[in-house]
Amino acid sequence: MEWLVSACFGVMIACGVYLVLRARTFPVILGLTLISYAINLFLFLTGRLHTNLPDIISENQTRYADPLPQALVLTAIVIGFAMIAFVVVLSLRALGELETDHVDGKQEKPPHD
Amino acid sequence: MINHLIVGPLLLPLLMGTLIVLNANHPVARHRILGLSSCLAILVMTGILLFQSAGGPIQTYAIGDWPTPFGIVMVLDRLSAMMLFITALLAFLCLAYAARGTDRQGKNFHALFQFQLMGINGAFLTGDLFNLFVFFEIMLLSSYGLVLHGGGGRRTRAGMHYVILNLVGSSIFLLGVGILYGLLGTLNMADLAVRMSQAPAENAALLQAAGLILFAVFALKAALLPLCFWLPDAYGFTSAPVAALFAVMTKVGVYVILRVYCLIFSDFAGVGAGLLNTWLLPAALITLAAGAAGVAGSRDLGRITAWLVIVSVGTLLAVIGTFQREAIAAAIVYLPHTTLMTAGMFLVADLIQRQRPDAGSGLVPDRPVGQPTLLGLLFLTAAVAIAGLPPLSGFFAKVMMLMMVKDSAGAPWIWGMVLGGGLITLTALGRAGSVIFWKLLPGNGPKTTPEKVRDPVPVYGLADLFPAAALLAISPLLVLFGSMITEFAFAAADHVINPVHYIEAVLGPDRSLPLLLSSGGE
Amino acid sequence: MTLALIPLLPLVGAFIPCLFRNRNLNAASAGVIAGFSLVLLLLQTPAVFTGDMPLYSRDWIPALGLTFAFRVSGFGFLFALLVLGIGLLIVLYARYYIAREDPMGRFYTYLLFFMGSMLGIVLSENLLLLMVFWELTSISSFLLIGFWRHRADARQGAFMALVITGGGGFAMLAGFLLLGHITGSFELTAVLAAKEAVHAHPLYPVTLILILVGAFTKSAQFPFQFWLPHAMAAPTPVSAFLHSATMVKAGVFLLALMVPVLGGSALWFSIVTTTGLITLAFAAYMAMFKDDLKGLLAYSTVSHLGLITLLLGLGTPLAVFAAVFHIFNHAAFKAGLFMLAGIIDHETGTRDIQRLSGLKKAMPVTAVLTLIGCGAMAGVPLFNGFLSKEMFLAETLAPGLTGAWSWILPVGAVLAAVFAVAYSIRMLLGVFWGKPAEDLPGSPHEPPLGMTLSPAFLMAVCVLVGIFPAFFAGPLINAGAGAILGPDMPAYHLAVWHGFNMALVLSIIALAGGVVFYRQRHRLFDIHVWCSQYLDGKTLFESLVSRLMQAGDRAVRLLQNGSLQRYLFLLISATLLLGVLPFAGSRSPFLGPVAVTPLDPVTLVMGLILIIGAVATVRTHRNRILSIIMLSTVGLVVSLAFTRFSAPDLALTQISVEVVTIILLMMALHLLPTTTPEESSKARKRRDSILAVLAGGGAAALAMAILTRPYDTISDFFLAESVPGGGGTNVVNVILVDFRGFDTLGEITVLAIAGLIIYALLHKFERKAPETDDLGLAWTRDRFPLILAYITRPLLPLALLFSAYIFLRGHSDPGGGFIAGLITATVLTLQYIASGIVWTRPRLNFDNHIIMALGLILALGTGLTSWALNYPFLTSTYEYVTLPLIGKFEIASAMAFDLGVFLVVVGSVMLMLVKLGSINSADARTVSLSAHLDETRGNETMEKESH
Repeated sequence: MEWLVSACFGVMIACGVYLVLRARTFPVILGLTLISYAINLFLFLTGRLHTNLPDIISENQTRYADPLPQALVLTAIVIGFAMIAFVVVLSLRALGELETDHVDGKQEKPPHD
Repeated sequence: MINHLIVGPLLLPLLMGTLIVLNANHPVARHRILGLSSCLAILVMTGILLFQSAGGPIQTYAIGDWPTPFGIVMVLDRLSAMMLFITALLAFLCLAYAARGTDRQGKNFHALFQFQLMGINGAFLTGDLFNLFVFFEIMLLSSYGLVLHGGGGRRTRAGMHYVILNLVGSSIFLLGVGILYGLLGTLNMADLAVRMSQAPAENAALLQAAGLILFAVFALKAALLPLCFWLPDAYGFTSAPVAALFAVMTKVGVYVILRVYCLIFSDFAGVGAGLLNTWLLPAALITLAAGAAGVAGSRDLGRITAWLVIVSVGTLLAVIGTFQREAIAAAIVYLPHTTLMTAGMFLVADLIQRQRPDAGSGLVPDRPVGQPTLLGLLFLTAAVAIAGLPPLSGFFAKVMMLMMVKDSAGAPWIWGMVLGGGLITLTALGRAGSVIFWKLLPGNGPKTTPEKVRDPVPVYGLADLFPAAALLAISPLLVLFGSMITEFAFAAADHVINPVHYIEAVLGPDRSLPLLLSSGGE
Repeated sequence: MTLALIPLLPLVGAFIPCLFRNRNLNAASAGVIAGFSLVLLLLQTPAVFTGDMPLYSRDWIPALGLTFAFRVSGFGFLFALLVLGIGLLIVLYARYYIAREDPMGRFYTYLLFFMGSMLGIVLSENLLLLMVFWELTSISSFLLIGFWRHRADARQGAFMALVITGGGGFAMLAGFLLLGHITGSFELTAVLAAKEAVHAHPLYPVTLILILVGAFTKSAQFPFQFWLPHAMAAPTPVSAFLHSATMVKAGVFLLALMVPVLGGSALWFSIVTTTGLITLAFAAYMAMFKDDLKGLLAYSTVSHLGLITLLLGLGTPLAVFAAVFHIFNHAAFKAGLFMLAGIIDHETGTRDIQRLSGLKKAMPVTAVLTLIGCGAMAGVPLFNGFLSKEMFLAETLAPGLTGAWSWILPVGAVLAAVFAVAYSIRMLLGVFWGKPAEDLPGSPHEPPLGMTLSPAFLMAVCVLVGIFPAFFAGPLINAGAGAILGPDMPAYHLAVWHGFNMALVLSIIALAGGVVFYRQRHRLFDIHVWCSQYLDGKTLFESLVSRLMQAGDRAVRLLQNGSLQRYLFLLISATLLLGVLPFAGSRSPFLGPVAVTPLDPVTLVMGLILIIGAVATVRTHRNRILSIIMLSTVGLVVSLAFTRFSAPDLALTQISVEVVTIILLMMALHLLPTTTPEESSKARKRRDSILAVLAGGGAAALAMAILTRPYDTISDFFLAESVPGGGGTNVVNVILVDFRGFDTLGEITVLAIAGLIIYALLHKFERKAPETDDLGLAWTRDRFPLILAYITRPLLPLALLFSAYIFLRGHSDPGGGFIAGLITATVLTLQYIASGIVWTRPRLNFDNHIIMALGLILALGTGLTSWALNYPFLTSTYEYVTLPLIGKFEIASAMAFDLGVFLVVVGSVMLMLVKLGSINSADARTVSLSAHLDETRGNETMEKESH
């Protein structure tokens, strides 16, 4: 199991990194999203893998999953969402300002009219 | 008795920022009043905190009244108190400058400014690694907003680079935090330090990796080579008051490096001991060199100043990189000077640029500025202070740094680089000044008055000049109260360099005991 | 205190002359201030002449060993006297020299500023304090040289002087710090007493050289001599004062000061003597060929400074004595000569020896004065210059000198003396004798009396000292030299006639040779012409500076090339490197002891889907819509993974965030190009994929290493305290709203900020979506499918009810304000998607700013209430209440906090989505408007071009 999740994490990171290094804003955003998904997963993993041990206190349950990482991930997810939303809008704004979606504002063709 | 004042610098800007949002549809004048009064109040608060901490012990504030290390705790030691105060001072003056019109160039400037303050102050106060991440995000997100404020092609592009780099940086931060939690099972920095000192050898490599990965993030924030290239554009192309405020942002990175690597990875930290002792100095020196190159190569006062920020970061971290008490004290003396003076130079550059409609702050001949004497005086002050010439603070800070590192192995390098960098700075600023104020367009003698200028340039009143003037006026004050400040710096350095004080304050004496033992007893 | 006032008066009072418009008041005020300090100085005379040294000392920055301490040694007294005495004469002279249209107030301000700094140098007791004043003189000289800012040569001269003397200052600072390090103090008294310790210390050579660099740059010694001639672009009073009499002497002052502690070693002797000799001869040679009077005098000054340096290099008591004497003499005659040159320039309009000639008719007084000055400069008997030069020549013949020195020194000295005589004659005869010149810019006549007064006074001194040295200069020089030499003060004999000795022979040779050289000068000119172009350091200096600038520029362009891809690559690879480094040396096993849990098929399939989805996102990223779908599968699987590994809250959150994110991306894609062009080169792709694979591999390994290691966590506390302390059974939620509520407060702040920025970014920002997709197919006209619209509208209340339920159960079961908020926001957004802004906006008409703000205030307020009970911020409390029908349930302060979270989430998400939805102006309006929109777009692009 651990091997699998680690592999998934690794693959997501790899794909994310590759996309982030592209020259257009949109793939970069995809990459950032992937990376933030991956990192959330990783934070969650630091609580180790537990099956059927939800953190709802009850008499008939003695062992629980580590709740702290889950709380952290929740925060991270939200913050990540805010960031992605912002960078999406920024990419639109940049498209408006620079008339291209190249990350360095390189004009490969004159502004279409 | 709980000292609620400690969380004041966090909660007040949050409250005021929110109030400004509530007044979103009212004229900007109201935002200005709210924002400025908030900054003033924070200045007073942090002033009191600074006074308290100067004499007193390290104070802590357990949010939600949960015992450490389980709850989130705010920690106020001398260093953080000083950082808070500098930030408040800088923020007030930058906002005063922005209130001259910059804040009209876009929406929500004042709200963002308050949240920015909250983020920075939080980064200085928090004693919890994940909470530090949260405050970093608050700080960064609002800084994104401020950098982009006003729009325009160059600014948007530079802003986008800044944003995307830091987004990746944030992910890396979480990676580091995750590793630390995954192995040490805690987030409280003091607790991390203790557990680090007891960590088994087979976790050494992983823990060190975590530390270095975090270092990459902090280096990005502090703009350390090779992660500093986003800075010149981001700072150079954004509005002047924002750039000025950001003079303190890189210092947040420096502060966190100082905090984390003197606490969690201190010399007593077992497997993580002295993680950066070999790394920081060379990296910082190369950064210093790169900054100097940028200063020498730039053809615009604004950009020169942006590169000067990198020079100052390089200098600071080089001195800190020796990880000796005296050197850190010197860095603590240099930090306020360099932060406030570079900020001042950003404002001066903007004042100049607005009175030179053709050349702006570029180093090409143009018609004379409208108020040559006033602006000349301001520029001269800033330049003398930054180039480290007497009688201003730069000189004394430099002398102290050189003196305090003299026993470290890297001393010759630091001396050479700092003095050489100073000479290059002097050359660049000297030339900049003589071009801007002396080398006037042919046909314009030195006696051209603003009336003769073709299109009228703004003539500054007191309110326009006050922020820059006030910032620069701090330099002589730093010199005048030199002995007081150096004493404070040494006391602050004591708290920083010896983690035991911090850990005792946060976890109580019994928890810090093992560390004491591992450090061979203090 | 009076001691401190001597330098402080001019420094502090410097601004005063600026205050007056009237030129006389400018001069008068400056004169009064200088006069005051002179009086204060003279008060010290009795003490100094009786050989003791008044001190004033206050602590300043103990940590640095910096004290605010002044001393009046005999030597310092001599210098201070020169500074103030000549200073006053200059103040008088400048009153007539500075033209009406020049800002005289500023001139005197700079002058006083310099005077104070210079006095500071010569009176400081603390080396760091001395350093402070030292650099101040550099700054003031920069300002004074650049006084005529509109002249290019003035700007260049000032810049060069600043960089060279300033740079030298940095070297000297380093030297002083080392000296202080060795001697353990910066107090001169202590330092000067530590000769043995210093000479014995391994750092002695470095210290010496650093300090010498400082002194040599200031005193324009070879190879730094070139800045001084270019400083002559300054107004003549400045040249007379700073660049002949005082500032340039700061260097030799420091040398003399350091003789007792640094002197007396072979290293000192060789460096200082050689430098002095080269400077002496070279500059004297250069002076002969200068047609510009000030240029001639400038090189002559450099040469005489070299002479003094040489004497100090020899370091014998008599040599030092001669040096002190010559400092005094040279100041007197050179300052006078500069003023005379200024007069000639002022009255005739030129300083060119070639054009000037036969002025003695028109300007007899000036001629006589110049005669005296030149006599002194050439070392003719009966003028003061002769005496000290005689001593100098005698010293070059001193028996102590061995080997090559014993002949090199005398020869060099005589040669220089010959040149000196030659250029002195040239200056005198060239200007005043011969047939009167025509075609001069101005008509030559005597200057106003006030202008003649100052040089006349100085020339009188030259003659009086020249004839009655013992009486007029004796005590002063005695005190000055005595302060340096202390006990080993030599027996000296100040008189015109020393009897017939070798020195006298040399003098005679020099005089005769000078005359010959002067007669044969035309031959020399021919020789000089071809070598002259190599002899000015200015060109070298300027090419150096511009090279430095270009190098910096190139370096910057190379590194900081404005490519985000490069910066990201650096960031990621740096992180990777740092992450891998620690494992290089470690021998401990990579994986931990904890056994891995068995793999079940369902999870395996999920994992594979995720991997495929991720890879597919990359493969398809050029077809953007497709890649979004792939991405969404990844997000979906991640949330499934959370459920699988017992984290229901995460699953709920992840899925709802996922939905909103995808909506966002879709909306953005509506405006962005729908495909990504093929750009990156093969090599670039290979490079990136390699980095990506490495990063991914590293990450996976890291995760594995952690998953297989044991750890003990603080979480047990949360599990234990959740019900009793937090009053909730859902531990994760309790952590969020209570244990770590502060994080949550920060997190909703982040959301709010994001809302604000997005609002700000999109404010007044409109773009028309392309009418067709990239294949050229037109989008369908009916934007809002009826079915969807009619389903979603009734759905709204249901959904709201559901999110209310999710919210309420949050504290004890999976759910909570956050998820509820996202659900609500999503459903509301659905209305927009289904029915369009035009329909929805008026129906969902509330200001999201307000909702957001209220949420924040609610959360903040909840936290603050605990202050009332004197608990820390965010301390929670809860109560169980029993209501009929509903039964026993709980009211926790945390719920109010959670409600705040809910509101912020709804507000901010709505703010983003609605704003984003309304960018596309074509949607918001009828198509008939599109023409007008194109127009606005056109304006936008025009603005952009103007950027």
